[in-house]
Amino acid sequence: MDSDAKAAGAGLRGAGAPGAVNLYRTMLLIRRCEEQLVRAYALGLIPGPCHSCIGQEAVAAGVCANLRPDDVVFSTHRGHGHALAKGVTPGELMAELFGRVTGCSRGRGGSMHLFAPEVGLMGTSGIVGPCVLQAAGAGYSLKLLKTDRVSVAFFGDGAVGNGAFHEGLNMAAIWGLPVVFVCENNLYATEVPFAYAAKNPDVGGRGRVYGMPGVTVDGNDVLAVSQAASEAAGRARSGCGPTLIECRTYRLRPHAEGMRDGGYRTQAEIDEWKARDPIAMLRRRLVADGVAAEDELEGMDAEVKAAIGEAFEFAKGSPWPDPAAGARFVFSGE
Amino acid sequence: MRELTYTDAAREALAEAMRRDPTIFVVGEGIGKRGGNFNTTAGLYDLYGPERLRDTPICERGFIGLCAGAAMTGTRPVVDFMFADFILDAFGEVVNQIAKIQYMSSGRITMPIVLRGCIGAGSSAATHHSGSYYPVYAHFPGLRVAVPATPADAKGLLATALRGDDPVLFLEHKNLLATKGPVPEGEHCVPFGKARIAQEGKDLTVVAIALMVQKTLKACEDLEREGIAAEVIDPRTVAPLDMETILASLRKTGRLLVVDETFGPCGIGAEIAARVMEEAFNELDAPVRRLNGRHAPIPYSPPLESAAVPQVADIARAIRDLVAE
Repeated sequence: MDSDAKAAGAGLRGAGAPGAVNLYRTMLLIRRCEEQLVRAYALGLIPGPCHSCIGQEAVAAGVCANLRPDDVVFSTHRGHGHALAKGVTPGELMAELFGRVTGCSRGRGGSMHLFAPEVGLMGTSGIVGPCVLQAAGAGYSLKLLKTDRVSVAFFGDGAVGNGAFHEGLNMAAIWGLPVVFVCENNLYATEVPFAYAAKNPDVGGRGRVYGMPGVTVDGNDVLAVSQAASEAAGRARSGCGPTLIECRTYRLRPHAEGMRDGGYRTQAEIDEWKARDPIAMLRRRLVADGVAAEDELEGMDAEVKAAIGEAFEFAKGSPWPDPAAGARFVFSGE
Repeated sequence: MRELTYTDAAREALAEAMRRDPTIFVVGEGIGKRGGNFNTTAGLYDLYGPERLRDTPICERGFIGLCAGAAMTGTRPVVDFMFADFILDAFGEVVNQIAKIQYMSSGRITMPIVLRGCIGAGSSAATHHSGSYYPVYAHFPGLRVAVPATPADAKGLLATALRGDDPVLFLEHKNLLATKGPVPEGEHCVPFGKARIAQEGKDLTVVAIALMVQKTLKACEDLEREGIAAEVIDPRTVAPLDMETILASLRKTGRLLVVDETFGPCGIGAEIAARVMEEAFNELDAPVRRLNGRHAPIPYSPPLESAAVPQVADIARAIRDLVAE
């Protein structure tokens, strides 16, 4: 971590005890939901791909904790965590991956195309890059409409080498748009190492190249993420323009469930990052600082697991979409 | 009725819409103070300022992707590409995002965005400033494609585009921009998917698109003296395509020619011919014929360029041949 990261890493007291416990709960909800989806994939309940964000929960939780329901989020193919943190229910998420009509995209999207505009999730995408531009455009709307709402783009390190990153950040900077650009740098674009794909591995530092603040934080430290997001959202909300936040994190599962996960990273590297599990890290701090007792956190886990169990039953028991309905909504008003 | 040029008519639609709806904004290169390379926004910057007439860096993919996000969140962007050729740099954003998001969100997000740009050969602008491309966009679900041929339709179709919630490609032929014609004052909306019968006739039906409407009408002046009365149909929008009007005309004439400056393969003429085969095969007294631009990039030198797209004499010949079949 560089000095920016240390500066952004706030202590537990800074985040406030209830804040930290809420962040813990959100991360736990994402983790348990993702684990259930992994099991569901193995059971054959997910007809398409499933991109898990296990290991990266702190980024979604830390950023979305600083957003209002009317703020908007644009995300990637690995967007389950962002959807849940923004307010999509586990039942709607699971039902979507199962292809059911009760899914957040009514069964039209699956893992990569999650839409829930009611809670500000404006969409996740199967194409790397567009979310950066769309978030900038939402920022354009929110500014033109004279609101104090904020737009967020979540994207991976893979998007950093894409023209959309350059064009989106440049326009957001020159027009002072209320956007928070969150790079979830998990070190691999599918299986291509970022160290190979970028001569300059410092993403956070690129913010100032475009004329906006840029920071790099430990993406597995939810408090550091939240602190950086709080500052960035505040800046955007008060008309001071965009910010780039690089969150260094790690994907603990394969790119997609069922994919071979070898040949590009080592078990030793995976183990190193497992030891820095964002949920376990916060749990140790909560207990050590006396913010929450072990049994309270166990109780919370049991409660989350029960909710995920119910969501799973809801999704599994949900009806399939009516095939004829697949012709609707190509145009507005249909 | 007062007469306006095609450009002034379209600008009137934009100006009226911007006055009525403060969520409309325009982006493009040189569309601010300068008023647009083709005067599409002349005078509007002084009225609405830089936030609603936004000059951009040269990053077509970037600003169209940005406008997609804006359209999803409560504003109505108009992307002024100057030349339709430049839209191709943003093709993924148009096809993979703009055309699909209403569907993928089950209609919970709308995509009110207008993508406008000039099309067509005829000014020695060579291959990166002369393309038309509309059949490509007509191929995809989720896009409306308007190709006005008259000043009145330039106003009326743009007004409709600016009121709707769907993405619209609004494509203006460069050689039509300075043409003059009667244009209704005040609100004037021309619905999409309603063809215009530019000239009535009984001997054959000619469907002509954009500049080809004007060229076909010119060809018909000579043919009339030869006793050939062509019915000329201007579809106005190629998506949706008004097959009803085309088929009704064909039932009257029994012969159909499609005159289209763009490429033949997989084009609008191919689509019309297939639909005629499916829905009115027995009405045909001769095969459906197509007259298209050459299947090659548009070259620069005037003799090369003029041979690349249908000219008045080519159209007259195609009509004579079809009537004689």
